Amino acid sequence: MLIPFFVWGCQDTAPKDLPILGERDVVNGDTVYHAIPDFAFIDQDSQLVTNETFAGKAYVADFFFVHCPTICPKTSAQMLRIYEHFQNDDRLMLVAHTVDPKRDTVAALKKYSDGLGVSSSKWRFLTGEKDSLYEIADDYFSIAMEDSEAPGGFDHSGRLILVDKNRHIRSFCNGTDPADVDRFIKDIENLLNEEK
Amino acid sequence: MKKNNLFLTALFVLTAGLALLSCDKNQFTQGKILYTNFCERCHMEDGTGLRGIIPPLAGADFLETHKTELPCIIRYGIKGDIVVNGKTYQTEMPGEPKLTEFEITNIINYINTSWGNDLELARHTDVRAILKACEAARKEQ
Repeated sequence: MLIPFFVWGCQDTAPKDLPILGERDVVNGDTVYHAIPDFAFIDQDSQLVTNETFAGKAYVADFFFVHCPTICPKTSAQMLRIYEHFQNDDRLMLVAHTVDPKRDTVAALKKYSDGLGVSSSKWRFLTGEKDSLYEIADDYFSIAMEDSEAPGGFDHSGRLILVDKNRHIRSFCNGTDPADVDRFIKDIENLLNEEK
Repeated sequence: MKKNNLFLTALFVLTAGLALLSCDKNQFTQGKILYTNFCERCHMEDGTGLRGIIPPLAGADFLETHKTELPCIIRYGIKGDIVVNGKTYQTEMPGEPKLTEFEITNIINYINTSWGNDLELARHTDVRAILKACEAARKEQ
């Protein structure tokens, strides 16, 4: 039986454990939480990136494309803030997936990553099969679908997703809203402290 | 007479107050709105751009050195390498062909007077002439 579960508030109070977001399944009396499935993509250095790349680490995921004329530059600017905030903290990585793999080749992603001046071991830019990218996007965003404010309740563009070392989604934010990203950065800090 | 003086004083205070209020704000209201709608998502609210990907407008020497090209860049976009403050940027900028001469003038003047920029104001007549010239040049191509 699937019990739709949605907990996310604007709590900005004392550090406490972040909820595990997404649908829950109860199997033989045990609660099974939504987890990011296996994936395999290629990064800006042509390296294979799988779940193993993030073993023991938390990461922030987003979706973008280099030729994006709308919100991506703002989202990248906020990802850059997160990158700089946690630059010297090896417990966190960043992962940007392209949704335009046809144009966003390894070389294009390398150019973008170099343009931002970021380390490719800390912030991976991923490309791969279009279907696989869209499927994993659906998975990351499955927790964000019940957004009553979004037109049609399904606008997840510009979302940043926080995943813990157990592949569970623990928080998300609107990557175009600096104030929401402030809150998200606190969530990341709380998660890292919780995982000590 | 007394009533008249009172009226004049009130008028003076009101005018001075309004003048003070407007000192603080950028006077190119339309330019600001258009900037927000057409430019901000890449060049950002504070004109800083995005690192090595999207060039800044705040403190950009390009605004001065390429002054006469700005109207056409806004309307038709720009491709290829451009150098801003000594740094090369390669991202293509799409144009906004529907913007009018007046709107383009207001955008330039908003940019020229924002985020510490203190550049000479663009005049509508000049912007119109520049746009006519580059439109003609584009047709010849």
